[in-house]
Amino acid sequence: MLIKLTGGKIYDPANGVDGEVRDIFIENGRIVSPDPNAKIAHEYAVHGKVIMAGGIDPHSHIGGGKMTIARMMLPEDHMHDTVARTDLTRAGVGHAVPSTMLTGYRYAEMGYTAAFEPAMLPANARQAHMEMADTSIIDKGAFVMLGSDDFFLRQLAGKKDFSAIKDYIAWTMHAAQAIAVKVVNPGGISAFKFNQRKLDLNEKHVYYGVTPRDIIVTLARGLKELGVVHPLHIHGCNLGVPGGYETTLETIKGAEGLPIHLTHIQFHSYGTEGDLKFSSAAAPIAEAVNANKNVSCDVGQVMFGQTCTASGDSMRQFVTSRSATPKKWVVMDIECDAGCGVVPFKYRDKSFVNALQWAIGLELFLLINDPWRLFLTTDHPNGGPFTWYPHLIRLLMDKAFRNDMMQKINPDALKYSTLASLDREYTLYEIAIMTRAGPARSLGLKDRGHLGIGACADITVYDDNPDREAMFTTPELLFKNGELIVRNGKIIKVVNGATHVARPSYDQSIVKSLKPYFEDYHTVRMDNFRLADDEIINGGRGSLIIQPTGARAA
Amino acid sequence: MKSELSRNGTNHYENVACPFCGILCDDLDIGPSGDGLKVLKNGCSKSVAGFERPLSEPKPQVDGKDVSLDEAINAAARLIKESRLPIFGGLGTDVDGVRAAIALAEKGGGVVDHALSEAQYRNFRVLQNSGWVLTTLTEARNRADLFIVAGSEIHKLHPRFFERVVCNEASMFSDNPAKRTVVFLGEGLDQSAVSGKRIGEVVTIPAKADRIAEILDAMRAMNKGGKISGDTIAGLPRGVIEDLLARCKAASYGVIIWAPPSLSFANADLTVQAISEFVKEINLTSRFAGLSLGGNDGATSAGAVCSWQSGYPLRISFASGKPDYDPERYSATKLLAAKEADLLLWLSSFSNEIAPPETDATLIFLGAPGIKSPRTPKVYIPIGTPGVDHAGTMVRVDNVVSLPLRRLRESKLPSAANVLEKIEAAL
Repeated sequence: MLIKLTGGKIYDPANGVDGEVRDIFIENGRIVSPDPNAKIAHEYAVHGKVIMAGGIDPHSHIGGGKMTIARMMLPEDHMHDTVARTDLTRAGVGHAVPSTMLTGYRYAEMGYTAAFEPAMLPANARQAHMEMADTSIIDKGAFVMLGSDDFFLRQLAGKKDFSAIKDYIAWTMHAAQAIAVKVVNPGGISAFKFNQRKLDLNEKHVYYGVTPRDIIVTLARGLKELGVVHPLHIHGCNLGVPGGYETTLETIKGAEGLPIHLTHIQFHSYGTEGDLKFSSAAAPIAEAVNANKNVSCDVGQVMFGQTCTASGDSMRQFVTSRSATPKKWVVMDIECDAGCGVVPFKYRDKSFVNALQWAIGLELFLLINDPWRLFLTTDHPNGGPFTWYPHLIRLLMDKAFRNDMMQKINPDALKYSTLASLDREYTLYEIAIMTRAGPARSLGLKDRGHLGIGACADITVYDDNPDREAMFTTPELLFKNGELIVRNGKIIKVVNGATHVARPSYDQSIVKSLKPYFEDYHTVRMDNFRLADDEIINGGRGSLIIQPTGARAA
Repeated sequence: MKSELSRNGTNHYENVACPFCGILCDDLDIGPSGDGLKVLKNGCSKSVAGFERPLSEPKPQVDGKDVSLDEAINAAARLIKESRLPIFGGLGTDVDGVRAAIALAEKGGGVVDHALSEAQYRNFRVLQNSGWVLTTLTEARNRADLFIVAGSEIHKLHPRFFERVVCNEASMFSDNPAKRTVVFLGEGLDQSAVSGKRIGEVVTIPAKADRIAEILDAMRAMNKGGKISGDTIAGLPRGVIEDLLARCKAASYGVIIWAPPSLSFANADLTVQAISEFVKEINLTSRFAGLSLGGNDGATSAGAVCSWQSGYPLRISFASGKPDYDPERYSATKLLAAKEADLLLWLSSFSNEIAPPETDATLIFLGAPGIKSPRTPKVYIPIGTPGVDHAGTMVRVDNVVSLPLRRLRESKLPSAANVLEKIEAAL
């Protein structure tokens, strides 16, 4: 069945298309170039509408134990946003930590067709995938956390052969069904279990004697040599610490030119100027990102209101727990594997610190030049729920709107930020890069995030409304795999998205070290630790897409 | 999961996960024996009782009379449709079973609750009120040098817990790990499983279960530098409690264990909260963590799946179409006692104890054969046990690890998920 979208303005940065009027043809879930005489089964007249590939969120906490802890913990947040079932859609709750099905619906209603869980613990991978399986419509994938797990730290401290470390990284990606690897407070989650309360980039882990810098370089190089497309996804040391920007600059320098992705960089861009010893260091961070082409980042923009922070960074979350709002929080040490911290949080526009966090995020957006290396995130739900994206897009595209919003926040905060002096306004082309083409390229999703011939027909059609918040809140049409899913912001069909994984090769001999390790120390056997493909496919409820990896070097 | 070996022409399974208690040991060997299964390695009383329950494949029944599965499903659907307020309870099943139960409850406009949620709520209330610092089984197994068992009969709930997490000889962090101190804080707790090379001192502090909170509160106060008057704390000499606090502060990684099902006295959530607040406090200077056990009969899976799908940990009603959460009002036990609910669909596939409660409400019973109903259900549909009759997944009690369950024998018994999906389709 051939479908035609006629007369839309196409924003397809991956193919260099910037607002040209073109027709798009869809057949069997793909974008095609049909025979001129082919019969059109259905035509959508979208003259003057803005057409982009489906949105891709490269960093959103949508599945896994810490999200379900957050869900259990916050009934009072859900109660403001409960949703009844319909003949088509399931019941659920929204806002800060939405239920799984509703997460999928709300992404789709916002024109998104994929979201990636960035902090899947290997020990919790099965649950993370079960939650993602229950996340309707959108495609998903997950980054598996390494760097505070004892097997890796033992390898590193024991100066194991680098190829064995790479084998372990690759094995873990297979076992956890991951598409990328994340490191969170490198070594710090483990160090916290040994009662270390901070771990600077060059500080030694009290038991293993290795530094976060060693961990970052080893993992970053390992992934590069394994041919994994997405670079090491780094949640750095000293999250949220005033002065933490210096660690971020050192991390960039310490990467030795290896590809790295610095996530929620806003939380790592704080200086120590002023009476409250808290100021923006967005300018030097942006300068370093601009100068180092090996670095990509996402922002982790803060939005005002109630949310919940949920992180693998147990060390930092224990400190943050002092500011929990409401006053309840969870920190966990997990399975000689990782940790987590769940701390509800309310960002207030009248708070100096929160207002400055908001300003710092926007400064980073406006000061970092290359949207191909900068992705639009709130680190859902840590900076705010993903449903803020349309508002955030308007803040970036509309200087007058941004000025209005600046009038509402704590006025002192602006004294320690350059935000008011920045005139940049993002174009639709740049927004399409940050929310589609860039994440797809960075994650190695070969047929997603663009509208070229052969691409998966994940397509969003927007009304070209000068109120960009309204425009991005309610897309007119959303196609997933060529099927019409959303019309005028409302779901008209529900499908199950796929799970994207990457499978770098590894030498089977790593299993010989892992099997006894699990038997001696763990409470789960290696064979049961691994997630089989069938568990994700689950009788056809889910599906797997194996994205390509490059050739392994050594 | 390629550990299926053929021995003597029949299947022999290694590294089998056991669904019969919350800690989901996954190192069992199971083989055939006569018509049934036999636990060959790493068994315990619960796994033997569960895996070796003889296979029987009774017919579904309506009003005690054998019917086809389709007839039973249609009868169940009709009853749910006619019901004013149905309860979908028991929920002794795996992740897919809970998923299907929630979907059916949504469509049928009913209440979702687990048989053991009264115990779970001793924890959930604390999570929703103040939170905690917790650890997990592998972390405790390798790291802890002090265990405190707070008023809970762990050995009965989890016959292999001490063997696997406390008495293990190997530790990741030392070839010659220090001996562990195990403190039993409570009266008459079974200590028989605490022995072996790793165990140093075993200390007994015979506190009354409902006064454990006082001890934890006192220790928290003392740790903050507060003064406690009087010679006794919770009926025990204050020196004993001071000594316990000193042990906690000296531990490199202390773990305090409780099992909510054991804390069966009024307001026991306040005991869990006192434990949790003490653990938070001591973490300001040294490392310490809580470890909550229990979670038998699929309770943990039910709480987790219900939370991720609806936002709330059980005790929700879909009567309005929306998930309406009220942990007091939507307790299945209370609704049945108050006769607010007129139908109970009870789901149980693990231990024989999780039988349908006595109730006047119309009863639809989805149960593994061997689990007896106190009266003849209106509709009875025999179901398989996850991990025995069909594959599945369950969430372990620490809410972190989940494990794959395998199909170990040929059985015609359908899974709960399968039956529930059919009932939903027939609604």
